[in-house]
Amino acid sequence: MDMAKLIEFRVNLLKERGSILKHSAELVRGLKEAAIAVRQEIVKMTSKANSGHLGGSLSCVDILVALYFHQLNHNPQSPSWPGRDRFVLSKGHAAPVLYGTLALSGYFPKEELSTFRNINSRLQGHPDNKKTPGVEVSTGSLGQGLSVAVGMALGFKLAGKNNHVYALVGDGELDEGEIWEAAMFASHHKIVNITVLVDRNHGQNDGRTEEVMSVEPLAAKWASFGWKVFEVDGHNIKNILNVLDRSIENRSKPTVIIAQTVKGKGISFVEGNNDYHAKPLPKELVAQAIAELGKR
Amino acid sequence: MKNTINSPQLMSTRDAYGQVLVEIGKEQKNIVVLNADLSQSTRTSLFAETFPERFFNAGIAEQNMMGVAAGLATTGFIPVVSTLAIFAAGRAYDQVRNTIVHSGLNVKIVATHSGITMGKDGSSHQSIEDIALMRVIPDMTVIVPADALETKKALRATIEYKGPVYIRLGRPEIPVITDEESPFVIGKADILRKGNDLSIIACGIMVFQALKAADVLVSQGIKARIINMHTIKPLDLEILFNAAKDTGAILTAEDHSIIGGLGSAVLEALACKETRPPVYRIGVRDVFGESGEPDDLIKKYGLSWKDIVKAAKEVLSLKKG
Repeated sequence: MDMAKLIEFRVNLLKERGSILKHSAELVRGLKEAAIAVRQEIVKMTSKANSGHLGGSLSCVDILVALYFHQLNHNPQSPSWPGRDRFVLSKGHAAPVLYGTLALSGYFPKEELSTFRNINSRLQGHPDNKKTPGVEVSTGSLGQGLSVAVGMALGFKLAGKNNHVYALVGDGELDEGEIWEAAMFASHHKIVNITVLVDRNHGQNDGRTEEVMSVEPLAAKWASFGWKVFEVDGHNIKNILNVLDRSIENRSKPTVIIAQTVKGKGISFVEGNNDYHAKPLPKELVAQAIAELGKR
Repeated sequence: MKNTINSPQLMSTRDAYGQVLVEIGKEQKNIVVLNADLSQSTRTSLFAETFPERFFNAGIAEQNMMGVAAGLATTGFIPVVSTLAIFAAGRAYDQVRNTIVHSGLNVKIVATHSGITMGKDGSSHQSIEDIALMRVIPDMTVIVPADALETKKALRATIEYKGPVYIRLGRPEIPVITDEESPFVIGKADILRKGNDLSIIACGIMVFQALKAADVLVSQGIKARIINMHTIKPLDLEILFNAAKDTGAILTAEDHSIIGGLGSAVLEALACKETRPPVYRIGVRDVFGESGEPDDLIKKYGLSWKDIVKAAKEVLSLKKG
């Protein structure tokens, strides 16, 4: 799908929110196509920049596509529209997935993605809200985005507004103590207008999460901090849509969705290969990767 | 201004802060206050009692508190965040730098118990580096009020200003040396005493010590210009360069390490000046403090008016021409 089509597709989806078409086979098909397009953009922009975090960007593509192309109430033509839902990419090193999704949603031209990490670019190595339309807050120093998302949700609660806040955290990021400070704060202050997604891709910079720093039992951890916990296959778009809906129904606690994902998802020779945590594909493998993604 | 230093009214800057915060809270419903289990110490307990629905305790978790404040700021509230200076600038440095200031968010950090004069809790709690840590962050504003009255004006100016601000307050009761008419504009220092023999540039608790030293110096025939540099960033370069030109000798005074604080800011600004005057710095001389009464600490660590008088004479002796 080219960008104009994608935007039209998204606009139509927004019109249909709540209608019988919601979660239809057509919607899921469209989102899958969008996810392929975002993955291809991630491969291209990181390769062009010759730097950037490939593995952990590819692992959460389906989540961001489900959010930006369906779940979020937002308006790319008016990024600061006060009524919008908020999304915070707490794992800021996955900036390529955010930029790809924002561009294909219509926040800025797709062509700009090729400037990622270059001098004078609006697309910084880690998200910078003062430079990039659609980025809500600067992130990159891990553990901090969840606190900001909790603060946003508290603000909306205090103001009596219905905006919902979504945040994506990495599983490696859960090593940071501030995550658990924020988790405690949210349940203590009864902040329920927040949905956190954990990109459980089992990898971090130095290797497998269970080798570097064990985070399990993850669901029990969040539950013990007073959160309602869901688990989902983070690459099954239909299931992601369903669990996102469930996360905002009958809210009495803050909600976390543990999304089981695969680092490098979509490219056979990148999947589960932690060498690509903070590295792009070498130039000679790009065409092969793009082609393989297109076949899915 | 009135000469009140011989029979001054005593009040801590944190007490003034607690009072004015309630006043501003009454006027502006978008003020929210966050605190990390130190509401009595920071005097935010007054706000908590008056506006419990707009007060949030983060528990002993300063890093998350800064992040939550950042999030609140994105939804149109003006968060005022308080804890001890050692935690606000030290413990939560990365959150202040990368989340609040990098994102350009309208968060007001009001840190109490700054400097060696926080006293008996000892060096683990004596923040002698916070001016340095906060002023090196691009786009940050750093204010150190000289007394209780100036604290009230500084908080009002800070709330009106759009952007992140760090206000540095103290624990002990100190003389009120400004009056109702004294102006307060962020980035505009005040001349409290005229004089052309040398300039003493002070901030916070040290402004009173400087005034006291000035009286002693006058009795010895030395007229010192006393400058209250309440804003460390942006530094008032006009008043500084005039002081350099008119008086030809400068002494700085702060309850902070001599590395990185007001003295460093003054030296940096003067470094490229052709007619750079000699500059002496009064401050904590790159050592950790210890437990004790503020007055005893001031004396032991070389921050008293007597130390200022001595240093003033030394820097005068280096004056050119």
